[in-house]
Amino acid sequence: MYRYDEFDHSFVSSRVEQFRDQVERRLSGELAEDAFKPLRLMNGVYLQLHAYMLRVAIPYGTLSSRQMRMLAHIARKYDRGYGHFTTRQNIQYNWPRLSDTPDILQELASVEMHALQTSGNCIRNVTADHFAGAAADEVADPRPYAEILRQWSSVHPEFSFLPRKFKIAVTGAERDRAAIQVHDIGLHLKKDENGRIGFAVYVGGGQGRTPMIAKKIRDFLPEEDLLSYTTAIMRVYNLHGRRDNKYKARIKILVHETGAEELSRQVEVEFAALKDTELKLPETDIQAISTYFAPPALENRAEGWESLARWKKTDTDFARWVQQNVQPHKHPDYGMVTISLKPIGGIPGDASDAQMDAVADIAEEYAFDEIRVSHEQNLILPHVALADLEPVYRALVAAGLATANAGLITDIIACPGLDYCALANARSIPVAQEISTRFGSPERQAEIGELKIKISGCINACGHHHVGHIGLLGVEKKGAELYQITLGGSGDENTSIGEIIGRGFEPEKVTDAVETIVDTYLGLRRDRQETFLEAYRRVGPQPFKDALYGSAQEAA
Amino acid sequence: MVSKVLTANRLSDGISVWLDAAGNWVESLQDAFIARHAEAVTALEATGKQAFDDNKVVDANVVDVEEVNGTLRPLRMRERIRAEGPSIPYAAGYNGLAGPKHAA
Repeated sequence: MYRYDEFDHSFVSSRVEQFRDQVERRLSGELAEDAFKPLRLMNGVYLQLHAYMLRVAIPYGTLSSRQMRMLAHIARKYDRGYGHFTTRQNIQYNWPRLSDTPDILQELASVEMHALQTSGNCIRNVTADHFAGAAADEVADPRPYAEILRQWSSVHPEFSFLPRKFKIAVTGAERDRAAIQVHDIGLHLKKDENGRIGFAVYVGGGQGRTPMIAKKIRDFLPEEDLLSYTTAIMRVYNLHGRRDNKYKARIKILVHETGAEELSRQVEVEFAALKDTELKLPETDIQAISTYFAPPALENRAEGWESLARWKKTDTDFARWVQQNVQPHKHPDYGMVTISLKPIGGIPGDASDAQMDAVADIAEEYAFDEIRVSHEQNLILPHVALADLEPVYRALVAAGLATANAGLITDIIACPGLDYCALANARSIPVAQEISTRFGSPERQAEIGELKIKISGCINACGHHHVGHIGLLGVEKKGAELYQITLGGSGDENTSIGEIIGRGFEPEKVTDAVETIVDTYLGLRRDRQETFLEAYRRVGPQPFKDALYGSAQEAA
Repeated sequence: MVSKVLTANRLSDGISVWLDAAGNWVESLQDAFIARHAEAVTALEATGKQAFDDNKVVDANVVDVEEVNGTLRPLRMRERIRAEGPSIPYAAGYNGLAGPKHAA
């Protein structure tokens, strides 16, 4: 993985000292809140309902064991013994004292981490496929390009005060596991007919109050043009993006109002002027960054096939976990392990300090010291020999981390909602917990198959409800919580925005409504192979509306 | 009229606090001073603004409450959750910042 050079160390340390001074001046009263707020936000410090919240960046979701141990240490020493992994592949701490945040940032800097650009109208943490560098279907590892974008975008003077926040995602396979089409810029790594590496470029996707699917404005951008073309997009956005209305300030609105064709033309004009400048990426630079992401030396471990088959026969729980949480690796003797942070009835994305330490230990012993955070709020061990799956599983069981539900109905994305968030209108976590408990039986989950439920506690859509196969949006109506249901959303290579199915449901009725939807699907699917999403796309919303509201009743 | 209390978040640690009758910021809604008429509400608003200007608290707001059997209950769920904490068990093994987990 990437290692800080002298410049990075000095830059991050100087930012910590700068923030320490700012916090001291705030606490002494020298700085008023109005002056301090933008400074704390630039360092990832928010104010929530009960306390401050610190959001720590995990670039493209990649962590070493040493870094994970530091996250555990911070949870233990400065917070309440846990952290919350987010859909931006970051971690949030919900209870830090403002007065402790400089020390926390200093400790993070010691393991090459920080909280810069996890808030504010700047380019946020660049996300990538959590299986990067390991997936069997990968064209190229997206992380070197995400790292190049990270370096370029960090405190970029021209792009630190954009009309609104800006999110970039990179995927390296045809199968999109980074939800690139609901990002401000989505980059799809591919090869052209001559075998050259480049990107399909998508612009103007996003969720929030106005969900939009990104438009492809370039089918193939050679890799050396990554920064010049991205700069061209940013310049067009920075110049023409709306600053008069916060709710219309994202690039998706600009793309929508300008039209993708005209916007693309404007980008190409900027690009023509930038193409052969210092922004052109030399092959040597790409190679130098790529070296940091060289895959570990994976020895052949063919003995794993036999032992894996034997273990599966003797332990059905282990067999179920392998079936659900282990994906094929580039190397046939290895697998990619999803560590579910979705225990049945638990809080999606939360991990205790002890669990973080346990994952660090397991990664160090069995997984080449590499951990990823997925945008689906799980952790990943990208390189585990099949021969080591059984001891990895035992260690995960001991840590309470062996829930076999990756991609199933209980693998729910949920934002913190009204239990923590100052913006939320309704709670998300208890809804996720009740649904998880209702569908928690392994047999029932297996019968239902792949089904992604995503829950947001407000229209800002941090819980990605627009792209949930079943999406739940919490709203406040007459002082009470109400949950609006959308169906048919998807955040993969066939991205779609879910459709509102009808009037909302009270908290005590929403799990029943989800169950009605699931039962309707089970009743109409062609066979077990037809997933919920495929079935929905085939039959449309009507059977679900009929089941929820009655065929004669108009769903308002 | 609806009863009101003054709430905010403490500057140093962000913890939710309420103003009591002695003018102290306390961590329990139940100890809050209750404004029951317009003049008292105006005074609360002025106190909140002053505490913000004095850099003692942030996000000071006057919020609606009702008294049910001698217990204060905010009308909005958001404020109920602020007063009672997250509605879910969220930190297994957490013993408070002074507890053994945090002694290290």
